Amino acid sequence: MTTDTKTAPSIEVRRPLEFTDARLDARIPGGPVERKWEQRQFDVRLVNPTNKRRYTVIVVGSGLAGASASATLAELGYQVQTFCYQDSPRRAHSIAAQGGINAAKNYRNDGDSVFRLFYDTIKGGDFRAREANVYRLAQVSTQIIDQCVAQGVPFAREYGGLLDNRSFGGAQVSRTFYARGQTGQQLLLGAYQALSRQIELGKVQMFPRSEMLDLVLVDGRARGIVVRDMVTGTVRSYLADAVVLATGGYSNVFYLSTNAKGCNTSAIWRAHRRGAFFANPCYTQIHPTCIPVSGDYQSKLTLMSESLRNDGRVWVPLQAGDRRAPQAIPEHERDYFLERKYPSFGNLAPRDISSRAAKEACDAGRGVGPGGLGVYLDFADAIKRLSVPVIRERYGNLFDMYERITGEDPYSQPMRIYPAVHYTMGGLWVDYNLMSTIPGLFVVGEANFSDHGANRLGASALMQGLADGYFILPYTIGDYLVSNPLARITTDHAAFREAEAGVNQQVARLLAVGGDRTVDSFHRELGKIVWDDCGMARNDAGLRRALQRIPALRDEFWHRVRVPGSGASLNQELEKAGRVADFLELAELMCIDALHRTESCGGHFREESQTDDGEAKRDDANFSYVAAWEYSGDLDAPNLHREPLHFDSVKLQQRSYK
Amino acid sequence: MNLTLQVWRQPASAANGRFVTYQVRDVSPDMSFLEMLDVLNQQLILAGDEPIAFDHDCREGICGSCGMVIDGIAHGGQRATTACQLHMRHFKDGDQLTLEPWRASAFPIVKDLVVDRGAFDRIIQAGGYVSVSTGGVPDANAIPVPKESADRAMDAAACIGCGACVAACPNASAMLFTGAKVAHLGVLPQGQVERSRRVLAMVAQMDEEGFGGCTNIGECAAVCPKEIKLDVIAQLNRDLLRASLR
Repeated sequence: MTTDTKTAPSIEVRRPLEFTDARLDARIPGGPVERKWEQRQFDVRLVNPTNKRRYTVIVVGSGLAGASASATLAELGYQVQTFCYQDSPRRAHSIAAQGGINAAKNYRNDGDSVFRLFYDTIKGGDFRAREANVYRLAQVSTQIIDQCVAQGVPFAREYGGLLDNRSFGGAQVSRTFYARGQTGQQLLLGAYQALSRQIELGKVQMFPRSEMLDLVLVDGRARGIVVRDMVTGTVRSYLADAVVLATGGYSNVFYLSTNAKGCNTSAIWRAHRRGAFFANPCYTQIHPTCIPVSGDYQSKLTLMSESLRNDGRVWVPLQAGDRRAPQAIPEHERDYFLERKYPSFGNLAPRDISSRAAKEACDAGRGVGPGGLGVYLDFADAIKRLSVPVIRERYGNLFDMYERITGEDPYSQPMRIYPAVHYTMGGLWVDYNLMSTIPGLFVVGEANFSDHGANRLGASALMQGLADGYFILPYTIGDYLVSNPLARITTDHAAFREAEAGVNQQVARLLAVGGDRTVDSFHRELGKIVWDDCGMARNDAGLRRALQRIPALRDEFWHRVRVPGSGASLNQELEKAGRVADFLELAELMCIDALHRTESCGGHFREESQTDDGEAKRDDANFSYVAAWEYSGDLDAPNLHREPLHFDSVKLQQRSYK
Repeated sequence: MNLTLQVWRQPASAANGRFVTYQVRDVSPDMSFLEMLDVLNQQLILAGDEPIAFDHDCREGICGSCGMVIDGIAHGGQRATTACQLHMRHFKDGDQLTLEPWRASAFPIVKDLVVDRGAFDRIIQAGGYVSVSTGGVPDANAIPVPKESADRAMDAAACIGCGACVAACPNASAMLFTGAKVAHLGVLPQGQVERSRRVLAMVAQMDEEGFGGCTNIGECAAVCPKEIKLDVIAQLNRDLLRASLR
């Protein structure tokens, strides 16, 4: 693998080439939207049960999507090899999701339906997702809850013994199932346990502390991966009939995000460099309810579940520069800005809208806490209405976590919150079958781009990860395997040797620089560039500035980074260096995508494109498409391909939560 | 504040380890313990030394990756707090702290403060699940579960598998970890069918991994960052006795 180290990036962003391409056929089944998935399930070719064991599938990542896919594929009879960088598959970052998982069960009899969940998700995504995928997601959502309950996931229940629900942002029904504030943990442990059962049965071979560093293509098809054993440093190839990437999102490009420290883009980025198109990289989600930054040593940001907005009220002082303690500010001198601006959704306005409203208040000098980068999330009214024990029952662990981090007691004073990067809607482009533009390379969960459009609704990430892994991929991958007889090869094939050599070369190169700056110092600097110019609000000048600074920083990285130790043992700095090298490339693509999309939509807010009252203004005439970028060999000149979006079941409208 | 750290350094599993003393200056009380180590590591790298290896990932107390013995106490002695959520405001200027990895023969040291907790995964693989495959399950509300049972299951299921219980136990017993899974699945109707088989298989694996026996000392529950109660061990013992007598 080579790395671009050009020193003089062109200031003018070259107009990307535009052409349609057969590889961007999403292969959406015909017929009405509610019949499409059934049609596809019928159309796919099936693998004879006794033949399934002849196929090997590699799954990279063990979060909700990866663990559920691994377990389900193994249950069906495939040979599965699963890789994760953590010391155990149970630690994948899905574990940190707090609030809940959506499903169109309509257990509350409050008017929910598959169509309503579909509609809310499409609208929440600001009409930038593929209709057929989202409808399918809503359809299988109900099966997910059934499956998880059968596994023993301890969802919250009512006294009658039936499942409890809560509401979440962007919806007016209560369709969110939860397990205290640890829903992600419990769903992941359910999938992990299903995976563990298959490991015990010998159907899944598990490789923890193993990092995928390249994808191997033979005859244009994904046939395996190159992996570095993080304990011994050994670089080895693994051969399979298909490869599934379930490696999560790339929020850590911002350095500070709510993602785990190890979350990275390397698997999908290296697949991108091997030919997988990267879709909508500029669609990133800023979560409104995170604990504000406290100092420059800060290593990550901590999210407080959006479910808190069910009972907490968001406000700032009416007057800029009001430094009184929150309790000392009388009611009429407070601005409950979400309730004021969005009366029908109030504090439960979608994430992108709530985040921007908080930024706006802080930009106007009305922010609270150190540095003025915070707004209050106040539970005083809810405590008065419901009592402390009820609030403790609902949010106890979140309140404890807040107190541990800030040293402040949220039962007696309001929380301070500020938006933070949380999720990336963009990812590798996949068709309806979840296959990327590289045949045999499937992408599931946050790593793909498919279901959330330009903004993801709360409690929908868990739903999508498990939908992909339990119920969609296991059907569609069989069709690929049986339809595409593959050449019989071993890992001695030249393509594997070449990829291994590239990985070894990159490791050696990182260790050889011997410069005077740490990996973290580069990562922080990159994060600041991307946050400032490709964060909550973006504009032409800022993006062009970032596009000058990122390649320069990348060049500096390869000349000044210092990676201590050797490649032949556990070396956490070396691992980080490889990931940051990839972030330094991805960041440029994000900015190129953000620059080219001159409309605002969802989490992508272009300051040049807003309504009179400051809301995101889409440009459907020119941008109703998925931007799928092809690596051209030149990081500053990727090829743009467009997949037009068609809306047959919903009417395009300007999103309003007022 | 300024601190003196005595840190266990061991280059690899087979190598000999030793304590090395480090000075850390200008520690902010708002830093987390791991952020304090980050600052030290940045200094070590620039000074040409190897940084201290320690496991960590989510840094919000839920993934269970981090863990070290801080001055003799697993995760450092703040109630219900993992090392990543321990903040420096609980320490004072001039403190001298000793940092060690989890010490248990079932958790071999990988490097410095990093240990191999694969034994925990193997205990779960032995039977810590309900054997249902994807698809063909009843509607989620088909089997009502008393709220009390769901809450008790959740209390036990909150375990993050960090291994502090083993590190704190003088016998390096894994009874709290194993009991938590046995109790979680044992109080739910979904877990009844395999209840006996599960406890027998998990306990057998636990013994095979070389964890010690439980002598009711209670250190495990005292350091547990998720406050898993000793009740789960009582439940494990009851289930084990019942299953063994069958």
